[in-house]
Amino acid sequence: MGLLTFKGGVHPYDGKELSMDRAITACPPRGDLIYPLSQHIGAPALPLVKKGDRVLAGQKIAEAGGFVSAPVYASVSGTVKAIEVHGTPTGGKGDAIVVEDDGLYEEAPLPTVKPLAEMSQEEIIQAVKEAGIVGLGGAGFPTHVKLSPKEPDKIDAVLVNCAECEPYLTSDYRLMLERPEKIIGGLKVMLRIFDRAAGYICIEDNKPEAIRILEEACAQETRIQVRVLKTKYPQGAERMLIHAVTGRNLNSTMLPADVGCIVDNCDTVCAIYDAVILGKPLISRVVTVSGDGVASPGNFECRIGTNVGVLLEAAGGLKDGAKKVIAGGPMMGFAMYDLDVPTTKTTSAITCFLHDAVEESPSTACINCGRCVNACSEGLVPARLSQFAEKGDLETFEKWHGMECVECGCCSYVCPAKRPLAQVIRNARRMAMAARKKQGGR
Amino acid sequence: MNDLRNVSSSPHVRAAESSADLMRWVLIALLPAALFGIWHFGPKALLLIAVTVLVCVASEYLYEKGMHKPVTIADGSAAVTGLLLALNLPVGAPWWMAVLGGIFAIVVVKQLFGGLGQNFMNPALAARCFLLISFAGRLTDFTYDAVSGATPLAAMRAGESVDLTSMFLGTTAGTIGETSAAAILLGAVILLAKKVITLRIPGIYLLTFVIFMALFGGHGLDLSYLAAQLFGGGLMLGAWFMATDYVTSPITPAGQVVYGVCLGLLTGVFRCFGASAEGVSYAIILSNLLVPLIERITIPAAFGVAKAKRGKKA
Repeated sequence: MGLLTFKGGVHPYDGKELSMDRAITACPPRGDLIYPLSQHIGAPALPLVKKGDRVLAGQKIAEAGGFVSAPVYASVSGTVKAIEVHGTPTGGKGDAIVVEDDGLYEEAPLPTVKPLAEMSQEEIIQAVKEAGIVGLGGAGFPTHVKLSPKEPDKIDAVLVNCAECEPYLTSDYRLMLERPEKIIGGLKVMLRIFDRAAGYICIEDNKPEAIRILEEACAQETRIQVRVLKTKYPQGAERMLIHAVTGRNLNSTMLPADVGCIVDNCDTVCAIYDAVILGKPLISRVVTVSGDGVASPGNFECRIGTNVGVLLEAAGGLKDGAKKVIAGGPMMGFAMYDLDVPTTKTTSAITCFLHDAVEESPSTACINCGRCVNACSEGLVPARLSQFAEKGDLETFEKWHGMECVECGCCSYVCPAKRPLAQVIRNARRMAMAARKKQGGR
Repeated sequence: MNDLRNVSSSPHVRAAESSADLMRWVLIALLPAALFGIWHFGPKALLLIAVTVLVCVASEYLYEKGMHKPVTIADGSAAVTGLLLALNLPVGAPWWMAVLGGIFAIVVVKQLFGGLGQNFMNPALAARCFLLISFAGRLTDFTYDAVSGATPLAAMRAGESVDLTSMFLGTTAGTIGETSAAAILLGAVILLAKKVITLRIPGIYLLTFVIFMALFGGHGLDLSYLAAQLFGGGLMLGAWFMATDYVTSPITPAGQVVYGVCLGLLTGVFRCFGASAEGVSYAIILSNLLVPLIERITIPAAFGVAKAKRGKKA
């Protein structure tokens, strides 16, 4: 049998050798720590502190602003300096709590936790919600919402997304090597919520060491298996992952739960373990700092709110002439114009490049070669979609299933004419979604 | 530390392969057929190839300069058109006809419609058809080396027998680049190996054509007849190098299948029932015109969408 995978996709240079052998090291914060109130999809969190308050590491400083929302915790002890508008790594701006670090790292007392076996399913979900856990892979969708599907009995597969298909990222890889017990432990917590489900740890086959370690770690577990996937971008995209492992297909109007699946990222599952078993809220995460634009690539345990500049210095600093700094990886990350921003819950990597391939590849006329069609994991025709989008013809754009795009970027990557297909399609999707909202509101 | 960094929308990396690389591989893949043509038909063939390539590249350059557009001759597409045009001319064609064809291909068929990627017909083939209509006699005179040049297909029509081996190797009458199935297939292998083309269009084209000829060719499953039809005329050159032209073929996978079937049927119809023994050029040109229609009826179902729709309606 061939390896589990999907149709389409690309094989960009993965750059993982730069940082895959670097063990996770702590990145001590410096300067003020900044906590945006909106580090997730959904309503922004509501501040519980005011200027001048003293806070402790692990203290809740903002509570969830609704069901689809998540609380925010201080990651250091210190004094609240301000609540003001601040930039985020993904280029946005929003209210943020600024804490002046007192360097003591005085911790708030942890709540007493019940043993997992004695917890009810509601209590587990509540613990996850209370810890402020969101999809740490980058999407930032509040995890307790994912864990509360309409029909929990229909869930028969819980997938831990350890594919890490995005080039240069190695934070999940290091977690698999260094903290496999947390991944298994977190998955067991999730399987407590979904009694009927089997747990799958999904890893691409370019990580044999991680596969070996996790297979050993779950050898005694009857409900948990490792699933080996073909190495291909975007194997870790939710729909592609579900298809590869279960053979089920879902489109943009469906949630994984509609096909009986729950998918969470490797580091999200570790955070679930910390929250439910240890009672620890989400105050730190592992961030890969890599690329040829940084002196000493590595993986860093970073307190959320730490300035990106400080994180870059932990990796030896930016090299002279670094042209591009990206929050995330090169396929789906956000190019940063300002490094004076905090790392947030969803900052999985900072990648830095001496060369900017986009700048060096001026776009020329489409020659209709169809490479984008072969690369598209969603079975779309990006060349046509971008033409319709450029003409502003959203009707035809939607007829050709433009809304199904997951914005993985494969089309732009393969295009021999170097056309910014993904960008144009992304814009059209935003416009179409805005138009839908407007209509729906009336 | 410079504070101005580049910002752009993701993805931030690009594959190495460029349009010019693809064109270069097409040129390389056409070399065996071109070299064979020069060897077989003599230096006059080389002259015609040089003229069409130069004229095509020069007309693209001059047109774009004149229109104050960016000059795109470096992408190699004009050179490909020039070479293909020469390979579609008989060696007896006068040089001025080659010049005229080159200008027509680049200026009228390609640039007037917006340049690379915008033409709806294959420029080289459109130019060939233009010349064929304008100078029918000169363009169907396949005399070479003072040998009266009945092409194998014409000979078969006249009821004569043909030699399959020489047809495969190419030592027969015809246009400069079409006679040698062996040289063209070598080029096709290069294109397939380099993933410049896939088997979908040429494979379906040839398969449909063979089935059609077996049914309507009047010789049933006579293998040597079918092989002669495959190797004869412009079919090989057309199927591997002109039907696969990206710009003028459908981009949807199902559309490529439909397109291949159209090509096979039309070629069969022209060869069986047409006035001339040949029909590949017209079959491809006509199918080019059908491409927008074909694409509209072959919009691929997006991942996970087909199933969901069925579920919704139920």
